[in-house]
Amino acid sequence: MSYSSVRALLNACKAEGRPLYEVILRSDLQESGLTETESRARMRRLWQVMTETSANYCGADRSASGFAGGDAAKVEAAAAAGLLYSGGYYAQVIAEALKTAECNACMKRIVAAPTAGSCGVLPAVLLPLWRSGAADEDAVCRALYVAAGFGQVVAARATLAGAEGGCQAEVGAASGMAAAALTDLKGGTAEACAEAFAMALTNLEGLVCDPVAGLVELPCIKRNVIGAVNAVSAADMALAGVVGHIPADEVIDAMAEVGAAMSRDLRETGIGGLAGTPTGQAIRDIVTMAEEE
Amino acid sequence: MRLFDVLGPVMTGPSSSHTAGAVRIGQTARKLLGEPPVRAEILLHGSFAATGRGHGTDRALVAGLLGMQPDDEAIPRSFALARQAGLQFQVGTILLRGAHPNTALLRLYGAGGRKLEVVGASIGGGRINICQIDGITTNFGADHNTLIVHNQDTPGHVAAVTTSLSRHGINIATMQLYRSGAGGYAVMVLECDQPLPADLVEELRRQPGIVKVTSLNLDPAE
Repeated sequence: MSYSSVRALLNACKAEGRPLYEVILRSDLQESGLTETESRARMRRLWQVMTETSANYCGADRSASGFAGGDAAKVEAAAAAGLLYSGGYYAQVIAEALKTAECNACMKRIVAAPTAGSCGVLPAVLLPLWRSGAADEDAVCRALYVAAGFGQVVAARATLAGAEGGCQAEVGAASGMAAAALTDLKGGTAEACAEAFAMALTNLEGLVCDPVAGLVELPCIKRNVIGAVNAVSAADMALAGVVGHIPADEVIDAMAEVGAAMSRDLRETGIGGLAGTPTGQAIRDIVTMAEEE
Repeated sequence: MRLFDVLGPVMTGPSSSHTAGAVRIGQTARKLLGEPPVRAEILLHGSFAATGRGHGTDRALVAGLLGMQPDDEAIPRSFALARQAGLQFQVGTILLRGAHPNTALLRLYGAGGRKLEVVGASIGGGRINICQIDGITTNFGADHNTLIVHNQDTPGHVAAVTTSLSRHGINIATMQLYRSGAGGYAVMVLECDQPLPADLVEELRRQPGIVKVTSLNLDPAE
């Protein structure tokens, strides 16, 4: 059985004397019936697809609506020219989040992590570390197990669907998962991973799902950037010993409560928020006219 | 939720419901037809009709009809591939009363003369529900090996079908019965733990009172 609380997950690490990733991996083997070899091969395959998505990015691609594509290439070019505030790892995280999310909008192959709309967050924080040699494939896969374990708790206590919990349930959850993964990669304790997860999710609490024209493009692609950058900040705070004071499980429960209180217009219906702005509606009309042609 | 449902599936974007689920509806309809379709009428309802083009729902359904998987990178090119494969298709919209927002109605015509009408809904995360077959209500997810038998609504058909399954060593996971009206036309949907062999399907087709038998076996990878 997967864990339905972060507390139980942390207790299991202590009781079994095993690292976080191993407790998560083992709990899934019981549930899925996979062997450890099969599970690890499946995780390596997910990571391989994440690397391929980024490698196959093409700055000239545009989505069917014409509103998505080309942004990661702009960020990479500007970073290379030294025009940006962020450099090095941070600039790469921004570009990678855009790359994978733009590939998704352009109908390329991605890994839903945890959803297609939030697919850019985890690869964004991991790819630059893997490319620079700071993390090898084994370390990345171990971190992905940690991420998945926290995602399972969110699925059990709250939801990972924007239609139920808003964007906080998709990009928020992805950001928490990525923060835990980064903390683990840097040698943080299981407790520190939980703190990083909780702080990342806390910082995106209340984020609504308001896609213009109902498409997974605007604002979804750029929301992947905030999810990724937020994950790095939360991991850094946790690694420095900063704590969020509200335990991870209570943060997830608060996210579920906020999601339930959200108007239906702000939960993936393409009605409220940015989708309902004059420009959002004008874009919807253009897209709808194209549908009818 | 299982670990590889939280991380994964590997899919062609942009939406698990509007793209990956749509591929699965097309793929399931092709399996239910039991032969490659040569002509298809594709009608989109609700959110599928409103944002289907932007999400590639139309191309995803055609890709599924061609037998592609949800992670096939050729999904965006499925229209051209359909022409090469000799599949003629039309895409339109329809208003289906009371249907799930992400629903498609497919009318298929097979190479060997078979016909089938399927209504399928994409219910989130790439999961689907087949809601209607040839106008009769059904309710199954196409995530089991599934046997669908259309018969005259007269006594003995359920016993005959379950006896055949038992003889082939096939265990029934779930079973549902539907009918158009007493003494009319009936459908039984049986989800099974083992794959359904072709000779079993042929044997059922020959039984008196059985009008039509369709079956769906999971791909080995699933």
